[in-house]
Amino acid sequence: MITVEGLSKTFQGATKGTVVQAVTDLSLNVAEGEVFGFLGPNGAGKTTTVRMLCALIAPTRGRAAVNGHEVGRDDQAIRRTVGILTETPGLYDRLSAEANLRVFAELYDVPDPAAAVKRYLGLLGLWERRHDAAGSFSKGMRQKLAIARALLHEPRVLFLDEPTSGLDPEAARLVREFITELRGEGRTIFLTTHNLDEADRLCDRIGIFKTRLMAVDTPAALRRTLYGRQVVFHLARLDPAWVDAVAALPTVQEARAVDQRLIVRLESPEENNPVILRRLIALGADVQFVGELRHSLEDIYLRFVNHDAEARS
Amino acid sequence: MKHIRTLIAKEWAEVFQNRIVVFTVGALPLLLALLPLGILLTMRGTTLGGGETSDLPPSMIKACGAIAIGDCFQIFLLNQFLPLFMMMPLFIPIAIASYSIVGEKTTRSLEPLLATPITTEELLAGKALAAVIPAVLATWGSFVIFLIGLPLVGASSPALLTALSPTWFAATLLIGPLVSVLAVIFALMVSSRVNDPRVAEQISGVLIVPVLGLVFGQLAGVLVLNLQLMLTVAAGLAVIDVILVFFGARLFQREVILTRWK
Repeated sequence: MITVEGLSKTFQGATKGTVVQAVTDLSLNVAEGEVFGFLGPNGAGKTTTVRMLCALIAPTRGRAAVNGHEVGRDDQAIRRTVGILTETPGLYDRLSAEANLRVFAELYDVPDPAAAVKRYLGLLGLWERRHDAAGSFSKGMRQKLAIARALLHEPRVLFLDEPTSGLDPEAARLVREFITELRGEGRTIFLTTHNLDEADRLCDRIGIFKTRLMAVDTPAALRRTLYGRQVVFHLARLDPAWVDAVAALPTVQEARAVDQRLIVRLESPEENNPVILRRLIALGADVQFVGELRHSLEDIYLRFVNHDAEARS
Repeated sequence: MKHIRTLIAKEWAEVFQNRIVVFTVGALPLLLALLPLGILLTMRGTTLGGGETSDLPPSMIKACGAIAIGDCFQIFLLNQFLPLFMMMPLFIPIAIASYSIVGEKTTRSLEPLLATPITTEELLAGKALAAVIPAVLATWGSFVIFLIGLPLVGASSPALLTALSPTWFAATLLIGPLVSVLAVIFALMVSSRVNDPRVAEQISGVLIVPVLGLVFGQLAGVLVLNLQLMLTVAAGLAVIDVILVFFGARLFQREVILTRWK
């Protein structure tokens, strides 16, 4: 659905003759119906990438295609088939919610603008407030209105930039559920967010990006790549000798003690946990709980981003 | 055309909720129609005798020909008001365009708009026409009120004929819209670089200087506003408008708006 090959973008710097490399050699494929999380620090070039993919700005090098339309060649077709939620809602504050959507329904040449406006105002719970000026809306309502605007023309590809930014937990949850519904309809979603927990929950795959793409995979695969699979055994008491005994088992890659917990890295917990458990019990350990240690996406993200910063310095 | 109509309707729905814009488009043209009528009313009966020609520029006396000196004075006075109808289509679109563009910049509503399939030409045309149409209509409305009021304030027949002459119609019907286009494109260019609509208005207001040149040129006797001069001004404006539209279109490219507008 989205194909990117060697995409780069440079801007003229503040000083004459200097250039700023915003995006470097980005290659990426996002499948139809996939929710793809695009993560990176501020100034990483995420917005520039989204703007290129929405045919708002032209790449300096490389190529990209969205929904089969080539960026730079079929720009109008791209704009017709993608929906974008920009970082700020960018509403017409003096116009009513209904008028805001009506303008965009007409600009997107929606066949029945009134019906589309009614449908999305209803879906996002704004129908009762349709006559109110957008400027009078709360942050959450403004965000919902902006999401409705992005969906009016039924785009197959959606670019959502920080969709839950600044929303209260209830509104954020509603937006997340709505994104899940959209995925259920088979739409492709390119999600830019700083909320790593949200990305973890919503995204099929994530890309970690800082001017260039540093990693791309499913959250689980990225965890495995960085940390392997780790199991934590909560013990009533931990004898340091047990650590060595477990580490000596052939399938264990690493074993270490943290407080009263024994953390073991291994290839296949499903097969090897019983072996370790039997060994611990034989050694006289009282095992209270056993569970897989799950590193947060934040750990993964920070490891990539910090590693990149260290490499550059 | 549909996209342009949608954009114009949106612009009007937004910008006409701004009191400064409403005053500029509604009340100011009315005031500028009533002001000269008021002056003519107070000057009624004040006619110069046959020998008192020293108050009029020689070029004006020459232009009046066989017209009585009192009527010539009234025509001279009337001609001082003509530039008002060239100023109106200048400052009205400046106000609309400044509030429209700077407003979109501050609310960051341009990016979602640029993400739609609207073309650059449609965007520029929609923005420009939304400012030009009210300006031209307000100017013409003001001119009609002025024409209706002239006989009521005691304007002489030669003065009435002057106001109904091709010179005046060229100024309002031809130069008015051309001035509007110039003003709006210039205001759009200025608005792209500033973040306060009042600053945009003030900078764009520099365009009033050439019109003031016509006023002072007349007063000094250097210029007489006749049809030939009006047509020359119109031709010059048409050329400038074409050049400005060319640069305006370049300024309205999506990438320029998103990356270079401050």
